[in-house]
Formats: sequence, C-alpha cells, structure tokens
Amino acid sequence: MWKKLFAWLDERLGLNDLYKATLDRPEPKGNWWNTLGSASLFLFVMQGLTGIFLSVYYTPSPDHAYDSIQYIMTSVAFGWLIRGIHHWGSTLMVLVVFIHMIRVFVTASYKYPRELTWLIGVGLLLCTLGMGFTGYLLPWDQKAYWATTVGTSIAGSVPFLGDFILKALRGGPDLSALTLSRFFAAHIWMLPAALAGLIGIHLFLIIKHGESAFPDKDD
Amino acid sequence: MAGSGHISRRDFVKLTTAAVGTFIAAAIGLPAIAYLVDPALKSAKADAWIPLGKFETFEIGRPTLVSFTRSQVNGWEKTVTSHGIFVLRKSSTETLVLSNKCTHLGCQVNWKADKQEYLCPCHDAQFNINGKVLGGPPPRPLNSYSGDQLKVENGTLYLHFTEG
Repeated sequence: MWKKLFAWLDERLGLNDLYKATLDRPEPKGNWWNTLGSASLFLFVMQGLTGIFLSVYYTPSPDHAYDSIQYIMTSVAFGWLIRGIHHWGSTLMVLVVFIHMIRVFVTASYKYPRELTWLIGVGLLLCTLGMGFTGYLLPWDQKAYWATTVGTSIAGSVPFLGDFILKALRGGPDLSALTLSRFFAAHIWMLPAALAGLIGIHLFLIIKHGESAFPDKDD
Repeated sequence: MAGSGHISRRDFVKLTTAAVGTFIAAAIGLPAIAYLVDPALKSAKADAWIPLGKFETFEIGRPTLVSFTRSQVNGWEKTVTSHGIFVLRKSSTETLVLSNKCTHLGCQVNWKADKQEYLCPCHDAQFNINGKVLGGPPPRPLNSYSGDQLKVENGTLYLHFTEG
C-alpha cells in the first residue's frame, strides 16, 4: 500500500532523484567545520518558526511593543522559552554564519567554480546582520531605542546621501512609530524573503557543484 | 525474533529511534501548542462583591441609580467598563435590584419618576418599576439580581457581580 503510493508519487515528483541529489550526494572527506552551513540553515528555520510564534502576541506599536513582550515573558505559557530561543538564536546565527564564512575562506572553497556561491553568501551574511539590526529595535526598550539611534546615525554619516539614508531608515528625522513599524516589516517580511530566496540559490549551487575538497600540498 | 523473547539489533534501533523521536516531538510540540492556545486556557471570569451603599439610605419606593466601574485586563491592555444598577427598596426588608442595561441593545435606561417607568433613550422602550416590558422592542424584562447575589453586611448592601 505505502510502497505503491510512494511509487506513484515518485514517478510524478522524482522523489528518489531529489533524495539522491540532496542527501545522498558524494562528498569529499571533510570534518565538523563542513557542517556550519547546515547549522546556519537550521538556525534560519528555527528563527523563522520561533519568530512566527512571537508574532502571535507581539505588537509593533510604541504603545504596546514593550508591554506585549512583557506579556509574552511573564504570562504566556512557554513564552519565555520561545523568546529566549529567538533571542539567543539570533546571536548564535550571526556567530555560526561568520565562522562558516571563515571556514570557506580558509579552505579556499570560494574559488572557481564557486565564486557565485561565495557572492550569494555575502548577501546572506548582510541579510543576517540586517535581521539582527532590525530585530534589536523591536523590544522598544531603552537599549533598543538608543542602539537604533546610534546605528541609523552611523548610516547617516555617508557623504552626500547620508541625510536621505537616515530619514529613509527612520521613516523621518527621528525615531518614531514609523521607525518601529518599518523595522518590523523589514524584520518579518523583506529580509526573511530575501534570505529564503538567496538560501535557495546558495543550496542549488552547492548541489550543482558538490562540496569542495580541502586543498592539499599540491594546491 | 517474534516469540523468542529476543529482540534483534535492527528492531531495537527502530524502537529506540521511534521512542526518542516521539519524546523529542512531544517536548517541542506540546509547549508550542500551549503557547498558542494559552489565552483560551485562562479564565476570563471575574467576580466581586460590589458595595452599593448603606441599605437604610435607599428611599423606599423610589429606584436609585448606583454606578461603579470594573476594569479588565486582556493581555497587556486594560479596559474599564462602567455599570449602572437601580436599587429599589420596596419595604424595610425587601429590595429589588435591576441592571440599567436595556435588554434590547444594551443602552442605559433612565428612571422617569413622573411616569413611574424606566425609559430607554435609544428606541423608546418602557419598563415598569419591576423591570417588566411595557412597550418597545426589548425581548425580556430588565435583568434583576436576587437571592444569594445580594447581601447586607454591617448595614451595607452588596451585589455579587460576575463577568465573563
């Protein structure tokens, strides 16, 4: 029964080929440093899931943002756990993505034919940092407020365009409800969409080229 | 294998994997479900004994309006609702306590002493002094409080008010 069902689906979806291409592909000899990309992907999925859960109670408005998070932390069952995972997961994700980048650099895995994989990885790193920056404002406490004030001021120091960039980031000359809602939109829609798209291309390229072997003495 | 009381290595691994997998799924899934349905598990019911005033001071034969407010916290938002109660002392011992909420659409009814009836300003509903419908759209008499919903303690009349 199940075998028949699987055969029917496999004939139409190519499940076996998919499995071979993604999970059963030949790999050069590697070590634990090769698992950091998968770890980043896992953290992305985990941040996505806990983030979706947080959005059930979080309210991106200056009147309610802080109180709604207090509510999640003190009143909702396992709210402290979900936010705790999201909070620490974000730091861990930046860390893991960074070490992943260093590993790729050290083992020279960014070279031909994998230059595009590296470039897209740069995009992924920037998106990850963007997620950290926009997410930091959402608790709307003193730390969040002033960190974003400073962060957007730095962006505002760009020659000529600085003032425009600052206003575009803040949604006006000062931090306000507009800043909070646009950071929220960037944090839950724009950046995750960009991340998901780039991750798709990144994975496709990895499957296409296979993983790089570590350089040996002759390289 | 089967019947021999001996479990093969393959079956043991299968069983252990299934057991550990189930445990992990439950450890992640149950808190997730609890998190989502949490507000539904919390009782919104609140009750309190509201002091309406000294029993002796209510005039016999004339309904007196007593107003009080109740606050409710939903998540991180607090809402305050005001309520009105008509207290009618019929004799030295008998009282009639009516809600001032019209049973039609919830407007607040007023006591018209000259007509001896409650009049709703929204759709001209009329109730007699006992809360019975005299005319207009209301489907039933004004809500009344009686029995163990009322008590007199140290000369003060209390109303047992429940909401939710």
